[in-house]
Amino acid sequence: MPDKMMLIGGRSNKQGTSLCAGKLGAEYVQLSSTVEMNVNDMARLGLKNDSKVRLRSAGGEVVVRCKGREAKDLPPGLLFIAYGPLSSELMASDTAGSGMPISKNVEVEVEPVAEAAAS
Amino acid sequence: MGENLKIVTDATCTFCGCVCDDMVLTVDLDHNRIIKSENACILGKAWFKEHAIEERPFAIVKGREASTEEGVEEAAQILANARFPVIYGLSDTTCEAQRVAVAIGDMIGGTVDTTTSVCHGPSGIAFQGVGESTASLGEIKNRADMVVFWGGNPAEAHPRLFTRYAVTPKGMYIPNGKKDRTVVLVDVRRTLSTPVADIFLQVKPRSDFEVLWALRALVKGRKVDTSVEQRTGISLAVLEDLVARMKSCNYGALLFGMGLTMNRGRHFNSGALLALATDLNEFTHWVAKPVRGHGNVTGADNVVSWQTGFPFGVNFSRGYPRFNPGEFTTVDLLSRGDVDAALIIASDPASNFPKAAIEHLKRIPVINLDPKLTHTGQLARVAFTTSTYGINVAGTVYRMDDVPITLRPAFDSPYPSDEQILTAIRNRVRQLLGGNRPGAGTPLATTVS
Repeated sequence: MPDKMMLIGGRSNKQGTSLCAGKLGAEYVQLSSTVEMNVNDMARLGLKNDSKVRLRSAGGEVVVRCKGREAKDLPPGLLFIAYGPLSSELMASDTAGSGMPISKNVEVEVEPVAEAAAS
Repeated sequence: MGENLKIVTDATCTFCGCVCDDMVLTVDLDHNRIIKSENACILGKAWFKEHAIEERPFAIVKGREASTEEGVEEAAQILANARFPVIYGLSDTTCEAQRVAVAIGDMIGGTVDTTTSVCHGPSGIAFQGVGESTASLGEIKNRADMVVFWGGNPAEAHPRLFTRYAVTPKGMYIPNGKKDRTVVLVDVRRTLSTPVADIFLQVKPRSDFEVLWALRALVKGRKVDTSVEQRTGISLAVLEDLVARMKSCNYGALLFGMGLTMNRGRHFNSGALLALATDLNEFTHWVAKPVRGHGNVTGADNVVSWQTGFPFGVNFSRGYPRFNPGEFTTVDLLSRGDVDAALIIASDPASNFPKAAIEHLKRIPVINLDPKLTHTGQLARVAFTTSTYGINVAGTVYRMDDVPITLRPAFDSPYPSDEQILTAIRNRVRQLLGGNRPGAGTPLATTVS
């Protein structure tokens, strides 16, 4: 049974600097396909830094790499990902009549992915 | 490094909404690139370093390299023949280019929307309902002895907001800089911004509205139950202490980010914060400003507002402007499959939008203007390479506090500006349509039964 967590998309220094170099560049692609996760959540799920994990929301699903964050910085059950094509994949298109799709605090199912089975 | 160097003083960085205009740039004119950017933050340094002249085609039309003129002809044909086109983006270009884009939207009876709709659009909606107690960043620097950052991470997204305006700088009535200020940060997680704060409120996800409403109640002297802590993660004692400080400061500023607008509640969250600022003005002076992302997204709001009366999501299909977020905003137009052509200026919705919207972009003719190749450029039927505003292009941009700033470009680019391309497209569309689209502005036929 996949874990349910809350995903926040946002900016970071490196996301900003690699954005200037180009969105199709290797650094931006790598940064925007890495999700930050509480280290205790990672341990519970048997994940290590750079492990692959599948995130599934009402909007879509993606496979990304993990990066651990200390519990004091990122509470349990909360995930952070730098804005990019993969964070967009998880946004649902419904804007509730506002024009704004929700990209912060998106409910996602989190599931470890065996390297050989990763897509 | 070449031998032919040029120093540009008081240049402007257009990476983010701070629009810092104290840059000192060293330009290598032999290689058309900026080799040093004094006063720039980490993001500004990358912005200037990475915008050298790249060897790219002037335009790509249907996958083939083409001239700018060929691109203009194809773009004009697409727009003149579209029945329900959208013009989108505009937050990373000059006000002069934005003005031409609105004129095209008016002429073709299309929709003009900007990246505001997926940024602080909800705050724009809230302004209309609640109002905005506003200030310039200079006023905040000189007067604010209490600053609350809500739902943002300026240290990483707007680094100089702290050092130039709102935390460390000394001001007229803040002679000791940070020592004279109480800095509060509200967020769901610790970030690089957190150490700056004297008070950090780590709220539970999706509870910003509840925290704001509890603060409003306390400001008004109402009773708040201790169960607020269970819901929000913040104890009643902490909220009471915060309210006491807010009511007794000399000048407070609420600077809020997309932690409020991109979250459940959207414009209700922004509206609650704006209403808190209004409530606090019963006791002392408080202002509230959205912290804006792109270099001229504030200019986009201003230009579209002064041209149409509305800030974003404006439709001209009846010959006069109509504003309706959810109907005329680009994510909705694309996700529903409403539009049959898109003119995208200095923006990358093919990367930033939900999947359903991107799928529709793949089905319709897209015209894209951008200095760099992006996901949108890759799927566009017409993709123009443009020069970069602020680095190659002069003009006007608006800082996040609605203050207009003049750009001082560093070096010339062989590529045309957004304004030049849009003007050429506008002129050609006007030729093709013979003025505004026939029917636009004509009163709807009345059926008499």
